[in-house]
Amino acid sequence: MDVRQLAEKLNAEVLCEGDMSREVTGCYIGDLLSWVMSRAQEGDAWLTVMGNINSIGVAVLADVACIVLTEGAALDADALNRAVQNGVNILRVEDNSYITAIAVAGSI
Amino acid sequence: MEVIQLHYDVNANDFTCAGEASGKLKRELKRLGFEPDVVRRTAIAVYEAEINMVIHADGGAIDASISPECITVVLKDRGPGIPDVSLAMREGYSTAPENVRNLGFGAGMGLPNIKKYSDKVDIDTVIGEGTTITLRINTAPAEN
Ligand SMILES: Nc1ncnc2c1ncn2[C@@H]1O[C@H](COP(=O)(O)OP(=O)(O)OP(=O)(O)O)[C@@H](O)[C@H]1O
Ligand SMILES: [Mg+2]
Repeated sequence: MDVRQLAEKLNAEVLCEGDMSREVTGCYIGDLLSWVMSRAQEGDAWLTVMGNINSIGVAVLADVACIVLTEGAALDADALNRAVQNGVNILRVEDNSYITAIAVAGSI
Repeated sequence: MEVIQLHYDVNANDFTCAGEASGKLKRELKRLGFEPDVVRRTAIAVYEAEINMVIHADGGAIDASISPECITVVLKDRGPGIPDVSLAMREGYSTAPENVRNLGFGAGMGLPNIKKYSDKVDIDTVIGEGTTITLRINTAPAEN
């Protein structure tokens, strides 16, 4: 399933649209960037509450399919700018990462 | 392919640019057609070293030389140096201040990641003068 379909499935708010047709092939949950950097796989939906500019850098380098901000976490203005520049897909949901991951797991 | 040399400057304490040099290098390696695994390993290692320059030192410079056999990246800063390198290499060891931890850094996984994803790492550090990290990623599997 692609990012657009995931957004619908999660009933997520789309904060930034890059290539929404990217396939979601897995899921990684984490807020400590060095862990995410080395453990998240290409094509993952990355579930986090970190909405700062460094998250965007990590998303680009780790080449995740999208960031999913959980628990309604905030996205900083400069992070959004960077995401737009780099075409990073960012979704936001009110559910926590556990509930969201279950929904992701049921769809990929 | 001849050896390609690339240079990037890293600004001190500028999180708005942090990760930019490693991002650019990654795009360049992709464009040159290196294996995804080589691109990924290089990007992770250089990202971690770049972020360390921003957080722990006063910025610095990155020089990459790219040949078909290997990618060598030299990251040089004029920061405070690392008093105990083997301690700093330990998973979980971090001196990152609170404000930086709030941004998601400070897991103490940066240097271990650099070691894990590079084929060779050399850390040359002098207290009060700075740190130079040289890392190498082999692009082809070693021949027996
Ligand atoms: N370039 C550097 N100059 C001075 N000290 C450094 C440098 N790089 C690393 N260090 C020291 O080594 C420690 C461990 O570095 P490492 O990258 O593993 O973890 P971290 O940067 O603290 O956290 P993380 O990388 O997980 O966000 C740092 O906390 C710091 O004390
Ligand atoms: Mg680090």
